[in-house]
Amino acid sequence: MLVHLFTIQVLHSQISSIEKQATTATGCPLLIRCKNFQVIQLVIPQERDCHDVYISLIRLARPVKYEELYCFSFNPKLDKEEREKGWKLVNLSEEYNRMGIPNSYWQISDVNREYGVCDSYPTEVYVPKSATAHIIVGSSKFRSRRRFPALSYYCKDNNASICRSSQPLSGFSARCLEDEQMLQAIRKANPGSDFIYVVDTRPKLNAMANRAAGKGYENEDNYSNIKFQFIGIENIHVMRNSLQKMLEVCEMKSPSMSDFLWGLENSGWLKHIKAIMDAGIFIAKAVAEEGVSVLVHCSDGWDRTAQVCSVASLLLDPHYRTMKGFMVLIEKDWVSFGHKFNHRYGNLDGDPKEISPVIDQFIECVWQLMEQFPCAFEFNERFLIHIQHHIYSCQFGNFLCNSQKERRELKIQERTYSLWAHLWKNRADYLNPLYRPDHRQIWGTLHPQMAPCNFLYKFWSGMYNRFEKGLHPRQSVTDYLMAVKEETQQLEEELAVLGERLANLQKLQLNGNKVKSKQQDRSKELALSASSNSLANTPQEYSNDLKSFPSRSPSQGDEEDSALILTQDNLKSSDPDLSANSDQESGVEDLSCRSPSAGGCLPSEDSGKDSDEAVCLAV
Amino acid sequence: MEFAELIKTPRADNVVLHRPFEPAVEGTLCLTGHHLIFSSRRQDNAEELWLLHSNIDSIEKRFVGSLGTIVIKCKDLRIIQLDIPGMEECLNIASSIEALSTLDSVTLMYPFFYRPMFEIVEDGWSAFLPEKEFEFLNALTDEWRLTYINKDFSICPSYPPVVTVPKSIDDETLQKVAVFRHGGRFPVLSYYHKKNGMVMMRTSQPLTGTNGKRCKDDEKLINSTLGPGRRGYIIDTRSLSAAQQARAKGGGFEVEVYYPQWRRIHKSVERFNILQESLIKLVEACNDQSHNMDRWLSKLEASNWLTHVKEILTAGCLAAQCIDREDASVLVHGTEGTDSTLQITSLAQIILDPDCRTIRGFESLIVREWLQAGHPFQQRCAQSAYSNSKQKWEAPVFLLFLDCVWQMLHQFPCSFEFNEHFLVTLFEHAYASQFGTFLGNNENERSKLKLPQKTMSLWSWVNQPEELKNFKNPLFEANSLVIWPSVAPQSLQLWEGVFLRWNRPSKFLDEAQEEMRKIISDNRVLQEKLWDNSYFLSPFDWLPKEAVSYKLRSALCFCPIAG
Repeated sequence: MLVHLFTIQVLHSQISSIEKQATTATGCPLLIRCKNFQVIQLVIPQERDCHDVYISLIRLARPVKYEELYCFSFNPKLDKEEREKGWKLVNLSEEYNRMGIPNSYWQISDVNREYGVCDSYPTEVYVPKSATAHIIVGSSKFRSRRRFPALSYYCKDNNASICRSSQPLSGFSARCLEDEQMLQAIRKANPGSDFIYVVDTRPKLNAMANRAAGKGYENEDNYSNIKFQFIGIENIHVMRNSLQKMLEVCEMKSPSMSDFLWGLENSGWLKHIKAIMDAGIFIAKAVAEEGVSVLVHCSDGWDRTAQVCSVASLLLDPHYRTMKGFMVLIEKDWVSFGHKFNHRYGNLDGDPKEISPVIDQFIECVWQLMEQFPCAFEFNERFLIHIQHHIYSCQFGNFLCNSQKERRELKIQERTYSLWAHLWKNRADYLNPLYRPDHRQIWGTLHPQMAPCNFLYKFWSGMYNRFEKGLHPRQSVTDYLMAVKEETQQLEEELAVLGERLANLQKLQLNGNKVKSKQQDRSKELALSASSNSLANTPQEYSNDLKSFPSRSPSQGDEEDSALILTQDNLKSSDPDLSANSDQESGVEDLSCRSPSAGGCLPSEDSGKDSDEAVCLAV
Repeated sequence: MEFAELIKTPRADNVVLHRPFEPAVEGTLCLTGHHLIFSSRRQDNAEELWLLHSNIDSIEKRFVGSLGTIVIKCKDLRIIQLDIPGMEECLNIASSIEALSTLDSVTLMYPFFYRPMFEIVEDGWSAFLPEKEFEFLNALTDEWRLTYINKDFSICPSYPPVVTVPKSIDDETLQKVAVFRHGGRFPVLSYYHKKNGMVMMRTSQPLTGTNGKRCKDDEKLINSTLGPGRRGYIIDTRSLSAAQQARAKGGGFEVEVYYPQWRRIHKSVERFNILQESLIKLVEACNDQSHNMDRWLSKLEASNWLTHVKEILTAGCLAAQCIDREDASVLVHGTEGTDSTLQITSLAQIILDPDCRTIRGFESLIVREWLQAGHPFQQRCAQSAYSNSKQKWEAPVFLLFLDCVWQMLHQFPCSFEFNEHFLVTLFEHAYASQFGTFLGNNENERSKLKLPQKTMSLWSWVNQPEELKNFKNPLFEANSLVIWPSVAPQSLQLWEGVFLRWNRPSKFLDEAQEEMRKIISDNRVLQEKLWDNSYFLSPFDWLPKEAVSYKLRSALCFCPIAG
């Protein structure tokens, strides 16, 4: 059994919790819950062995040094040059150039070089031209963790922008001239509008409580021409508990429909997803329709702010809905602006109260949008699932540490590989077959529906029950369509070859039979490849089997085709092999739903809820 | 014409039509005997809305000054609003619609007046005759026969004239068995599983009563369908306690002692007003425009609709599982055998039999297992989710069945020849239609109404090639296997295509469908082109049969030999 664990390859970094359960006649069960929502039960015959495994796994699952993480030993056999090229795939200054920046309103500032002003910000920060270093530094002193307002997205059509920061240290009455000037500068950078929105993504109560600690939110009277708006997204502790409750629902053994729906509602998860989405929609609307710039913040400006800015950018700009663009988006709004990946996803052993599914929620928002706009995204669900997996896997260096500064100190780019290059190399697996660059659905701003009855926010079983294959649709439309498209492409090539041959033939007919023998060679070759195709298609009519589908194609290279669809990657959410799924084996078990036993709750997180209100002051 | 008396104001101008997600339009409203017609007068974008009166489930009117507003709620769950200037006009129109949408005589319904504008290629009324179906069966087994014992509907008023019964049982015995079964619905064959020769039969509850009456002929019939050493399962769609209570009213269940080879399973499926209530609550939740997520989920949960879907689908899977996996025959019944029984027998067939997943096969299934089997469509579908009448016999039994089929379609998107639109269309026509197919409660009533002579069949229209293409699933690849759906709550979803149909903009989803069609058709076009080219290049020489799709292969037979 132990051996089995390592053959199914659960990365230690994926282990979320390990629970020793009561010994049974067959042995001592260990329940392992993973951060990618896999649940594994191991039954180890000897109690003592079980304890040893338990102790080792606990230690291994909680590394204390970055050097212990997988990415420092992971070697995909690429040379140095390829590694460097991989890291250069996503380039943020190119991205700001694409937005049209620097321009006459915005410039790159070197005020944060050597991380002198804010250690969780990148060195290259984009700010309004009229914001002098004095203003920036002054403003930074008036903001939590010195996270001053900086540009996240710029809309070159109407000059409206999305900026981000942390909360102001306003307390009950404090003011800061430079901060007021900073906001004024942001407004001036958008000459078409005479005010800016300041969006505080926290619930009003939380923001007010923060004032007692000398933090808080902008007073509309002190800032000229701002419109202040609360959008109540809950804090990381609420979200952590919510996810845990939802996962308990996912783990239920044969739940009734009511159990499930009630549990889903009770977890509040979809409510939180909707809150994040609503905030993104609000900002996208302000930018696209009203042409008004928006400053977004929460407490520290690295969780909710990142979620909301990236959802808004995704709605506004079709570029972020492409595969490359999405990588850039995560790099821009999450990695560069100091989202605390290490703390939030527990890469190193740390405070369990810091852990929270912040980026998971963003990824789910994207999935919900994909459900509403099926043609608008270049990538498919699998792309999102693999990104989520690698945020926790620590196999690639991208998401290590809590800030750019830490990553530079660790020399991540010299010692590890980039996930983006890995995904890009396998991009054929991640394409949405319905995406067409010339399709009008991909243009412009997306306007999602907001009411639950207009657009259903759905439970994402592809993510949270990802390893319960029996629960998913048995046939994947995406894989099917990709196979068809691929075949179409082969047919095109084939046709081109034939066309050529036809033309030659006509010429040759004039020239007599000279080349006849050559033609026969070619015939043999094709017949050969087709007969190997027919192997898959022979005995009786197995026409139902999708695997046999590509064999309809009279082309070579079928082996490669099916390999492409059935890559060994065990993460693949959908199995295109219909026969395996719809044959007799699958059905009966499904009647009784799922097998993993419903355990208790995660042991480490009990205390989180009670201290919620207290902690929200700090976060 | 008699409708004229009901139409007090046949026409109103300057009426404003409001629909969700579309701008309000001004136009003219006309009432005819069967339709409410709204036509906008805008030259650039003239459009007409035709609404069957029989599609109207309820109507509300209110006034602001002299401007009257009528809210019309339809059986297909759509809600439209009409602003009609003039109090009198508005009142007249409202009362006319009310009267016309609640006509009590079937023969006044639109199907009796509808004249098709299309040419009938194949008459749907005679497309699915029991005799033809029996021919297929007879080719596989000789243990069954057709009986005409019910030809004048005297033995069982809710059965068709012809049914399939075990060959060894004569009509005299059947007559005795019919007396022992509720409504005379003696056990008949519903499905024969080619793979192992197991069968599914359906019936109604046995009338054992409190003193445990027996019927030797009933036992003989049921036992005769199992060979020696074979087992069978009786699936009772009621809970054990409900079945026990039924004895007090003269009903009951089979006592296993008398049916030694059979085991009884109680698989409770809800019925009647509980289902209707569930539908009403669900639709109410779907029309709640609030932006509150919690409220939505709790309302969805409280409606219990998905619970019913899960129960019914599970029961269908169970029946299929007994037949395919346990090598056992199955007998299904509840009380009357006209509702939950049919849900289960038809779902089991879709799971087991790939033919039922084709358009033609599914139509045949609806005809056999619903229309001929005597599901009282007219009673059940008299009203839908907005009705206030709350009659006991109204229940969305058929809609629940379609929902279960949609769940399977969702889980096996490439295994069905038809698409979601086909299921939605069947739902619409079961509630309001220009076709006579779903009128009446059984074959007896249909023959009295002379529906085949006087009305058009839905199938005649659906099966025209130009209509049929709208119902085809582009992803279909024939799948000869048994399909086992998942019934876990995570796998079951709200059928948005029906319940959120009018509440969400469908543009993006329609575009996705269009894109799928395009991808598939691009492929087909190229295949054909390649075939043409290669054929021209050297017929039969190098291009082996396996290299082209079966369609092209069959086309091969008709290709002229190139010179």
